[in-house]
Amino acid sequence: MLAIENLKVEIDGKKILKGISLEVKAGEIHAIMGPNGSGKSTLAAVLAGREFAMVTEGTVTYMGKNLLDMPPEERSKEGIFLGFQYPIEIPGVSMVNFMKTAVNEHRKHKGLEPLSASDFLKMMRDKKELVEIDSKLANRSVNEGFSGGEKKKNEIFQMAMLEPELAILDETDSGLDIDALRIVANGVNRIKRPDTSAIVITHYQRLLDFIVPDVVHVLYDGRIVKTAGKELAHELEKKGYDWIKKEVDKNNLS
Amino acid sequence: MSALNERTERYYTLYKDNIKRISESSSPYINSFREAAIGRFNELGIPTKKNETYKYTSLDTFFNHDFKSCFIPVAQDFVKAEEFRCDVTDLDAHGIVLLNGFYPTIHDKLRELPGGIWIGSLNEAAKKFSKKIEMHYGKYAEDDKDGLVHLNTAMASDGVFIYVPEDVVLKKPIQIVNLVQSDEDIFNQHRNLIIVEKNADVTLIVCDHTLSPQKFLTNGVTEIYVGENSHFDIIRVQNEHNNAGKITHTFIHQERNSVASSNNITLHGGLVRNSTHHYLGGEGAESYSYGLYLADKFQHVDNYVNVNHAFPNCTSNQLFKGVLDDMATGAFNGRIFVRKDAQGTLAYQKNSSILLTDDAKMDTKPQLEIYADDVRCSHGATVGQLDENALFYLQSRGINKREARLMLMFGFAHDVIQNIKVEALRERMDNLVMQRLKGELSRCASCMVKCG
Amino acid sequence: MGKDKDKIISEVTSGEYKYGFYSDIEMEQIPKGLSEDVVRIISKKKNEPDWLLEFRLKAFRHWQTMKMPEWANLIIPKINYQDIIFYSAPKQKAKYESIDDIDPELKKTFDKLGIPLEEQKHLAGVAVDAVMDSVSVKTTFRETLAESGIIFCSFSDAVKEYPDLVKRYMGTVVPYTDNFFASLNSAVFSDGSFCYIPKGVRCPMELSTYFRINAASTGQFERTLLVADEESYVSYLEGCTAPMRDENQLHAAIVEIIAENNAEVKYSTVQNWYPGDKNGKGGIFNFVTKRGLCRGENSKISWTQIETGSAITWKYPSCILKGDNSTGEFYSVAVVNNHQQADTGTKMIHIGKNTKSTIVSKGISAGQGQNSYRGLVKVLKNAMGARNYSQCDSLLLGDKCGAHTFPYIEVDNQTAIVEHEATTSKIGEDQIFYCNQRGISTEGAIGLIVNGYAREVINKLPMEFAVEAQKLLQISLEGSVG
Repeated sequence: MLAIENLKVEIDGKKILKGISLEVKAGEIHAIMGPNGSGKSTLAAVLAGREFAMVTEGTVTYMGKNLLDMPPEERSKEGIFLGFQYPIEIPGVSMVNFMKTAVNEHRKHKGLEPLSASDFLKMMRDKKELVEIDSKLANRSVNEGFSGGEKKKNEIFQMAMLEPELAILDETDSGLDIDALRIVANGVNRIKRPDTSAIVITHYQRLLDFIVPDVVHVLYDGRIVKTAGKELAHELEKKGYDWIKKEVDKNNLS
Repeated sequence: MSALNERTERYYTLYKDNIKRISESSSPYINSFREAAIGRFNELGIPTKKNETYKYTSLDTFFNHDFKSCFIPVAQDFVKAEEFRCDVTDLDAHGIVLLNGFYPTIHDKLRELPGGIWIGSLNEAAKKFSKKIEMHYGKYAEDDKDGLVHLNTAMASDGVFIYVPEDVVLKKPIQIVNLVQSDEDIFNQHRNLIIVEKNADVTLIVCDHTLSPQKFLTNGVTEIYVGENSHFDIIRVQNEHNNAGKITHTFIHQERNSVASSNNITLHGGLVRNSTHHYLGGEGAESYSYGLYLADKFQHVDNYVNVNHAFPNCTSNQLFKGVLDDMATGAFNGRIFVRKDAQGTLAYQKNSSILLTDDAKMDTKPQLEIYADDVRCSHGATVGQLDENALFYLQSRGINKREARLMLMFGFAHDVIQNIKVEALRERMDNLVMQRLKGELSRCASCMVKCG
Repeated sequence: MGKDKDKIISEVTSGEYKYGFYSDIEMEQIPKGLSEDVVRIISKKKNEPDWLLEFRLKAFRHWQTMKMPEWANLIIPKINYQDIIFYSAPKQKAKYESIDDIDPELKKTFDKLGIPLEEQKHLAGVAVDAVMDSVSVKTTFRETLAESGIIFCSFSDAVKEYPDLVKRYMGTVVPYTDNFFASLNSAVFSDGSFCYIPKGVRCPMELSTYFRINAASTGQFERTLLVADEESYVSYLEGCTAPMRDENQLHAAIVEIIAENNAEVKYSTVQNWYPGDKNGKGGIFNFVTKRGLCRGENSKISWTQIETGSAITWKYPSCILKGDNSTGEFYSVAVVNNHQQADTGTKMIHIGKNTKSTIVSKGISAGQGQNSYRGLVKVLKNAMGARNYSQCDSLLLGDKCGAHTFPYIEVDNQTAIVEHEATTSKIGEDQIFYCNQRGISTEGAIGLIVNGYAREVINKLPMEFAVEAQKLLQISLEGSVG
């Protein structure tokens, strides 16, 4: 589904990603872990098409197409969903209006008629239940005045509405208490279909207790330094990141 | 020249009658500005309410008064600094004392402070610092559209000069105590020039006091150059009697990455008009303009602030607050101007006033003029009373209403005072403001002028 | 994405003006130019009583002593008043007795504008007075409204049929000496709408006037007078369009509103005069004086305006809050694009006790447009308990436009509370990206964000027009961000 090859990215002339290769097959869940500043969020941003990060080398192929050529909305319509670490507030724009526009853009892309107002509202209702989001939130402006937890739930709700092929969740667990975390993770699990994939970016292992990955990568200093099964997450939880840093730094020296 | 109106004519006559005497004591360079300046003044005249920047301030009571002459300083004895126990002189500061804005003595007209800082009379400095003066004098005030600035350029005979060389950090502030005293009504114009070179840091405190009950009108211009990476603060404490008119024009020109602040604390005065111009003339400059006005009786205080964002990525902030009692009137006219290429500008402006009586009046006019798009600018203005809920909250904790009101007013004013970085002065100001709010400082405690 | 965004923004904002067509209708015009004789001719053409001619002549003589105001933040080319046709009317029979008497071309014009003159075809619940150039061509639902005692007719008809009412109220809110353009209008006004809502009547439908400039070289000078008697309510809407022409055309109107005790008037404007082309050529000069007097206690006047058209807009719908407990509101969205200029805002004059006013102004600047908010909140000495809240926001799309805010606040009463807030910022890149990520095009994102930004004001419009206004907002910004 997604193939990243030797991806190098700079921000303001500073090398952030230094050659990442990664393949996500249909149906797989990949976790990307790593200490702060290792480039995790940059990777998510690049995949979603954020402008500030400049790709200097490498390719990203998504469903056989060159992803880097697509504008962000195209990527979205092709099925990539980014759960933002810091969801953006848009004053005056209601959630309903926002989502209706997005859903209908997606439908148009697929050659479908726009949803009628009643069908759309029904869809909203169904999906809200899925992520246990307060129905009042839908009447408010996008993320405006939402608590941290509400914002994150709102991200998952949007994911449920847009039914992506590939979900990229950027530190969706940060700032959540354990109950909110469970709700968010359950939401993700319910939305996921057998043929859809996810990249879960996280600093901690605890989210991975709920969303069980097939593969775990450790990102450090712009490189994937370790790839293993889900047991790697537990090892990191126990031993922290220092041993990996040491291992890498030692290799670099020698 | 087309016919001048009567008032302009009167001041033009005053100029003609005195120009010889004024020029004799000034440097040729400074004299070279005078003719063009009086021409500009004749064009512009004395501002009236028709002038948009004086919309809420009438200068008539002062400019219609027939001041017999303009004040030209001569060496004379007067109340010495030591004898004058001003409430703020207990500061640990490099102090100088001026009479009507001028050096009163022949001696010590130019002196050196630690780090090679020079402070003295502008005329005196014109000899030693002729190059510096030629680089800066008249440069920042020249284009102004206020006739009074040009009247000052035409007629000011002297003033204060401060030179701070590169890399000098002066720990103690410089304090100028300006005493206004005369046996007759005087019209008084002085001209100050402050040059702060690169990477320097200096704080200036100016305290104005009237010592005799005559009618005074002061029209002072101060030009300030703040070099790259430098830090400059000016704090003015205005405490003059009800028969004194004080008009100040301050032009602060900032180079890149410099930080400058101006703080006008008006405790007392008949008519006070402060025009403060901040020109952000290099990337990364920051400017802060503060003001506090506490007025009662028939006093009028007008603050005009003009912040000009000429370069990208500069920050500015204006905060002006005031409490108006009795028949006092206040005006605020703040302007943020963002030029086309000044992207990345952050500019804020706030004016809040409290009216204590039905006869007090406040006019405010905060303005934004923005020609760049990558900016965040905001302004706000409020006129009102103390917050009833807060008042009730305090009362419900057992504080009586009078005290509660005082606390709230003090808190309101402290918002401005807290920006004074000199701790002793900040405390002193808090104190003075408290006294002023309690009505115990209808005049400076040691002032011998019974202006009531 | 930066370049693409700019491109899209410029596409979004370069939309064509939809109403720029010209209808070939046989017109009756007087020669160009302005003089006392012209004023007399206009009055004579309309068979006016002497008192009205007198009023016009006084206004004209006063106007001759005046100069065009220069205080606005606008660059206005010199206007040659001798080069304007001051009276131009579709040729017609003495009076349209039935819809069949109207020139089919004229009917077609209004059909094209979405304003069918046949009542059965019209939007349910909206009565329209359709004005083309100098005269009113048709007022719909007159009879239906008359059943509840409501007078809704052209100004000319009102002068003939209700001279006492017109005489009593005309010029009481905007005197003929008020300002340069108001004096001009008072001298040469040609037609407009008149509306009177009697005591205790809630007007059962929206009333609206549709203004259309059609003829070349003409100026449009209409006058609207709206009186809401005690305990009455009316919601009123005006819309305006004009053909695309290289010349500038002058529109100088007056609207006067009087609200008696407990009356409420909602006045909404969707202003879409031709704004000129991309290079700033042509377009309407829209110099309008609108003022409402809350004369009675508890009365309320609310102005809502969506200003997207005109080359230059100079307009300050105001409220004089004379009655105790009266309320004034001003909600405005002003869009400038290409070379448009707008200097618009409001005045809230608090005279009565416990008077309240709210100002919400949303400026949007794109292209090389210059947008200024200018407002006055004045609290007089006896206005105990007066309260004002103002919020004036500016949104900038592109780096060649400007946004300016000039509020004047004058408070002479200690019990008053006046608050003003304003912000200026550019459209958020991160907001656009967020929308992109959800599959919304940049074009769509800008539309969404701008509409969200303006929503508070658009919500104040009558339902039927809110949707139109939203579309208009999108269209007028087409091709803007560059």
